[in-house]
Amino acid sequence: MNSTSTTPLPADFAASGNSTPRRKFGAAKIWDNYGMLMVFAALFVACSVFVPNFLTMINMRGLGLAVSLAGMVACGMLFCLASGDFDLSVASVVACAGVMAAVVINRTDSIALGIFAGLGVGLFFGFVNGFVIAKLQINALITTLASMQIARGVAYLISDGKAVGISQEDFFLLGNSAWLNIPVPVWITLICLCVFGFLLNRTLFGRNTLAIGGNEEAARLAGVNVVRTKIVIFTLTGLVAAFAGIVLASRMTSGQPMTSIGFELTVISACVLGGVSLKGGVGKISYVIAGVLILGTVENAMNLLNISPFTQYVVRGLILLAAVILDRYKQQAQLRQR
Amino acid sequence: MSVPYLEFKNIGKRFPGVVALQGISFACREGEVHALMGENGAGKSTLLKILSGNHAPSEGELALAGQSRQFAHTVDALKAGVAVIYQELHLVPDITVAENIYIGQLPHRFGVVDRPRLRADAGKQLAQLGLDIDPDTPLKQLSIGQWQMVEIAKALTRDAKVIAFDEPTSSLSAREIQQLFRVIRELKAQGRVILYVSHRMEEIFQLADQITVFKDGRYVCTFDDMQQVTHDQLVKAMVGRDVGDIYGYTPRPIGGPRLDVMALHAPGMKHAVSLSVRAGEIVGLFGLIGAGRSELMKAIFGGVKPYAGEVRVDGRPIAIRSPIHAIQAGIMLCPEDRKAEGIVPVHSVRDNINISARRNAVRAGCLINDTWEADNSQRKVRELNVKTPSDEQLIRNLSGGNQQKVILGRWLSEDMKVILLDEPTRGIDVGAKNEIYNVIYALANRGIAVLFVSSDLPEVLGLADRILVMREGAISGELSHDEATEETVLGLAMPREMVAA
Repeated sequence: MNSTSTTPLPADFAASGNSTPRRKFGAAKIWDNYGMLMVFAALFVACSVFVPNFLTMINMRGLGLAVSLAGMVACGMLFCLASGDFDLSVASVVACAGVMAAVVINRTDSIALGIFAGLGVGLFFGFVNGFVIAKLQINALITTLASMQIARGVAYLISDGKAVGISQEDFFLLGNSAWLNIPVPVWITLICLCVFGFLLNRTLFGRNTLAIGGNEEAARLAGVNVVRTKIVIFTLTGLVAAFAGIVLASRMTSGQPMTSIGFELTVISACVLGGVSLKGGVGKISYVIAGVLILGTVENAMNLLNISPFTQYVVRGLILLAAVILDRYKQQAQLRQR
Repeated sequence: MSVPYLEFKNIGKRFPGVVALQGISFACREGEVHALMGENGAGKSTLLKILSGNHAPSEGELALAGQSRQFAHTVDALKAGVAVIYQELHLVPDITVAENIYIGQLPHRFGVVDRPRLRADAGKQLAQLGLDIDPDTPLKQLSIGQWQMVEIAKALTRDAKVIAFDEPTSSLSAREIQQLFRVIRELKAQGRVILYVSHRMEEIFQLADQITVFKDGRYVCTFDDMQQVTHDQLVKAMVGRDVGDIYGYTPRPIGGPRLDVMALHAPGMKHAVSLSVRAGEIVGLFGLIGAGRSELMKAIFGGVKPYAGEVRVDGRPIAIRSPIHAIQAGIMLCPEDRKAEGIVPVHSVRDNINISARRNAVRAGCLINDTWEADNSQRKVRELNVKTPSDEQLIRNLSGGNQQKVILGRWLSEDMKVILLDEPTRGIDVGAKNEIYNVIYALANRGIAVLFVSSDLPEVLGLADRILVMREGAISGELSHDEATEETVLGLAMPREMVAA
């Protein structure tokens, strides 16, 4: 499969050398790749200096756990955004998968069955989202708004509206143990980031995702299987959200149907803050890492400084607004330097 | 012979990262029409913007009647008697013609508009141009051609000595063009300096006393004596080399049937269509807009699901349920609307070239092969002479012609048997057109069947071995390269009622 048949033009057709491949390693490229990570680094240093108790072992673990959930879900969201869509149902899938896992573990006494049932929830909602959006050509906003409510409703129905305590204590290890002094959920998030980063950058699937986001019709007419790729994107997003929900249930030792309300907007905010384009076609895993870390650090610092939750909403909104305005200037600068 | 009134002295203009104009020096005389010509991006519009005070020149200077002038603003230019009439007219549709003519300098008494004087003055200006327009008509009730006249009248109220026109005829009807030309000749007789930018050769030959040619932001030459200039000389000056007959058609050996379309019927098509293209043959599909040409092309490619019919390549029927099936069978399509259907603007030239063929180059069924990606795209950039600093450049920064070459490069990376080209040279300048024709000939010489759609009749006549004419969704006739003339092709393309009329 390595050789490709192409259509060569006659040798004498090639015009006299005009192409002088010149790589550009300007400040612009470095900023594009690492800019928001540098912003995070600066923020981290500032918090270490000015925020009491920020740079302590306990707080770092707390920060790691807090960003791990957003980090996992944002991996899937990155693909949705890169393909030009988004998924509002992820927070409900987190809750529904956690509750499903709790209920199945209690009924069957099998942790494995519980985890599979939770993942099944994500697989189901993700596939349905993808099928309706790609095959039936229904707008992603409406589709995932609907599945968001359905998944939340199912979570309440199977839990009877209450938190479901889990009987199998071994299950709690997933969310509450540590390896090399780093909590397991953080390790899982790191693995997710690596896997999704690899998928986006290094595979046909990832490149097709970006092409669809950049221009869906052009991608289709260039032979990209848009329907299949989109179904896979939404299914993966559902799966990774469900897995995050299972880890969360383990950390909380129960499946809670009312958890993570509004969390989908936090995840989208983090991605956009990091530099993922809402218009599609532009996205990197490093953007997601930066966005999730910045948002998590700000929240953590505000908690340590005893800033009220009401103020925190305002600050989060302002940060997001600043990020998108910055992004707009960045795009204009790119257009000008042609 | 009159003296130079308007002089450009070594004008240059740099934008961040681009030199738009460099070392432009020429002079325009009173009572003459001076035409500016050049390909897209040659710098004509930038020069007009400097003249109108929209841009300040980075170097050099403007002189009016021997006096050096600097315009910091459009108002300065207007005060100095320089008016530029752009393609997009700067008028207010909801107010009257008279108000538009005197906008910014309405006659008034103690701040109250003096209506009777406004009407009388505007009427005088319009009469001077030989126009029969009531000054009290709201502008929006007039045609685009009349809007342009209002814009000219507005320039005259400021006593503009220099009037520049930027592609004034692009949206005018034949009759409106004649009226515009009459007015321009009148202005010329009054001793004004006219600058005239246009792509249309016939207009230039009708109107101009002098022609200055630009290329890539530089001054090429000025033709002073219109009696001595030929069409070919002008094209050569604009393109920078001798293109001769830009189509350069030569017959080539033609093989057996390659593409067979049998009774294909799809959404957007009025009737089922059958056609066939042989190996190495270039077939041009001509028809008026709305004849269903693009829909047919997309249906052959599987871009829309057909209702009925069959497509065969080398005699083998192919399932045309989606573009992937067509590509695997060796059918490629360069779509009509490059920006909306062809390119992924936010991605690099490399990604745009490899978007399709990379599926065959991946390792282990899914892993991107970076070596292949770079090699393939750089080879295609070289072969097709795509003008880009590197293949990592974003494709949206390339000109239309180079974007089209990238799309051709995409399909050259596949095992091509049939290529469908929908308006392959629309919006592309002469030099790049010629290169694209050469690619088309090279493909045909390799035995590929070429089917192209074009609204540019000379292009269809110049390029095609055989011409299929569509009328009202059906193929109304077929002409060989030698039989086809503008008359025969148009005769087959016109709707029957129109021919009768």
